[in-house]
Amino acid sequence: MASTTLDPAIPVRGTTVETTKRFSPDPSEAPEDDLREAVLQLEREGEWIVQRVPEPYYEAPTKYGLKKKIPYQRTWHHKSCGQCGHIPGYSTSIFWLNRVLGYDYFDPRDQTSCTAWNYYASATSNQAAQAAVAMRNFAAAYETGYFPLIHCGTSFGHYKEVRHELVHNHALRRQVRAMIERLGRPFVMPEEIVHYSEWMYAVRDQLQERVVLDLSPIVSTVHPACHYYKLQSGDAIYDPEIYGGQRTAVVTGVVQALGAQVADYSTWFDCCGFGFRHILVQRDFTRSFATLRKIEVMKNEANPDVVLTHDTGCVTSLDKSQFAAQAHGKNVGVPVMSESQFAALAMGAHPFRVAQLHWHSTDYRPLLAKMGIDAEQAWSEFQSDVKQIEAGTMDYLTWESVL
Amino acid sequence: MASTYADVSQDEKARLFRQVTQDARFDTYLYGCYECGICVAACPSARFYDFSPRKIAQALAREDVELVYEQMNDDVWNCSQCFSCLRCPRGNNPGGLITIMREVAVNNGLRTTKEALAGYTRIIYKIMTTGTQVSPDMLQEDAFPDWGPQVKEVADHLAVWRRALPPETMHTTALSWQVEERTMRELYAIWKWTGTLDMIAQLDEGLHDIMEEVMDDALEDSGIDAAGPL
Repeated sequence: MASTTLDPAIPVRGTTVETTKRFSPDPSEAPEDDLREAVLQLEREGEWIVQRVPEPYYEAPTKYGLKKKIPYQRTWHHKSCGQCGHIPGYSTSIFWLNRVLGYDYFDPRDQTSCTAWNYYASATSNQAAQAAVAMRNFAAAYETGYFPLIHCGTSFGHYKEVRHELVHNHALRRQVRAMIERLGRPFVMPEEIVHYSEWMYAVRDQLQERVVLDLSPIVSTVHPACHYYKLQSGDAIYDPEIYGGQRTAVVTGVVQALGAQVADYSTWFDCCGFGFRHILVQRDFTRSFATLRKIEVMKNEANPDVVLTHDTGCVTSLDKSQFAAQAHGKNVGVPVMSESQFAALAMGAHPFRVAQLHWHSTDYRPLLAKMGIDAEQAWSEFQSDVKQIEAGTMDYLTWESVL
Repeated sequence: MASTYADVSQDEKARLFRQVTQDARFDTYLYGCYECGICVAACPSARFYDFSPRKIAQALAREDVELVYEQMNDDVWNCSQCFSCLRCPRGNNPGGLITIMREVAVNNGLRTTKEALAGYTRIIYKIMTTGTQVSPDMLQEDAFPDWGPQVKEVADHLAVWRRALPPETMHTTALSWQVEERTMRELYAIWKWTGTLDMIAQLDEGLHDIMEEVMDDALEDSGIDAAGPL
């Protein structure tokens, strides 16, 4: 095990707020309506079917003190195009964690992207199309009997925007219902819209029981994803024990349960610089923002071993942007991954077969060494798999070989 | 001060302004403006561009048709769509207003819109025809030279690395995951019913025609009545 290398000149500011005052969230002070009662009322009026959260479920605290039901299992995994396409260890780790915990889940092919990346990037869509895409996916989930668990923060936030619009705009609701019915599908709204990082938060004690590495020397910084807690913010998870309930508790609550340190930094509220269209066609902005406002600040203020986040574009922007900054000798160079990958590693998952870190750019080997993982040995094992696939003696890497 | 777009008639600018303000989302995105600047302080794009979400909200609140037209051409594409501006104490959603302004700009084929989205057409093709936006085979070193040699490493090993993934749905290179044909056909119908495919004609007629052919062929014997609009 590598020894602790904390720089004593940089005190680790944690997640305890510097006040003795306790702030208690009051649902009556919420600036937004709790839409869930309206969703159920519309069901009573015959407007749609409400898919219930399967029992048993976890009741998580939210921003204004209301509870949110988080399913443990029978989840329908609404995958993320950016995660599956470019950082596939992200989704693989979510599935791996479900399997290790023994939870029943469904990985559908009858699923499209939410298409919100395109909606926010190019605007070549519209309100009705976005709502129809969401409701088609919800219908597909309902037909399987599994409950939607949304992997992408943007899909999660956007689907909540869609829910808000469908509840408040009956003309839109009728229009979208007509489309879904013409497809021969049921018109269904889930009882809750749930992000995978909320599931991670709900099962954090079960994850903790299965940790096999000593993470106490590891210092992390957390980037909370904008579309998780800024869009339709009322039902994001906030825990009075974490940041005094003043920031979302997902990711941080999980990382602390795993035994690693979470250090604070001043630009936590800033976005990652992704920009939707910028990451693809105007990346000078993304690179500048991701490094100058996020990674360099984290390095200067907390010197983390790893940056952990819970959304697709954040991992990509914060990781890939560092190459050019390193070439300029900037104070960057810290690996970036999702908390699902970090949790899987902590629980003994293979860094390449499961966490698939070879899809990431910034050097992750010092982190693995500090976690007590032999990266060279693991890479050699993965290369052996690759050779077998190339030789035709193995078709695919299977779940059986990684559990 | 002379208008930047003096060649565009006032009637045309007013027409586009009305399209923005008559959008169903508009009334829940704009309530006024305290002119406090909190949205600007939170805005990532304001740090790197001559861009202000406050000006967007103010121009629309003041019904400044001239300035809104200018913003629709020159400003809206700088927004990062992170929605940090939802910190607005007035309850405004400047990022949402920009979404609407962008849609109106695309629908009306504004020249600067075409410039802003140049290079983006392959992404539109991917999402509209496959149902997934970011495919593994987009990771090419010429597309992401600033991401370093790791991108080439992925591209060189793409086919075999995708097979070295335990989830069966991810054994793909042209899509993020395997999508059923029925699912794609249903998506095509949605694009046609909602006029989304037609929006592309304003942006890139050639792209529109290619995608229309792909969708019409797929829908031909699908049993889905894609005649629209719905």
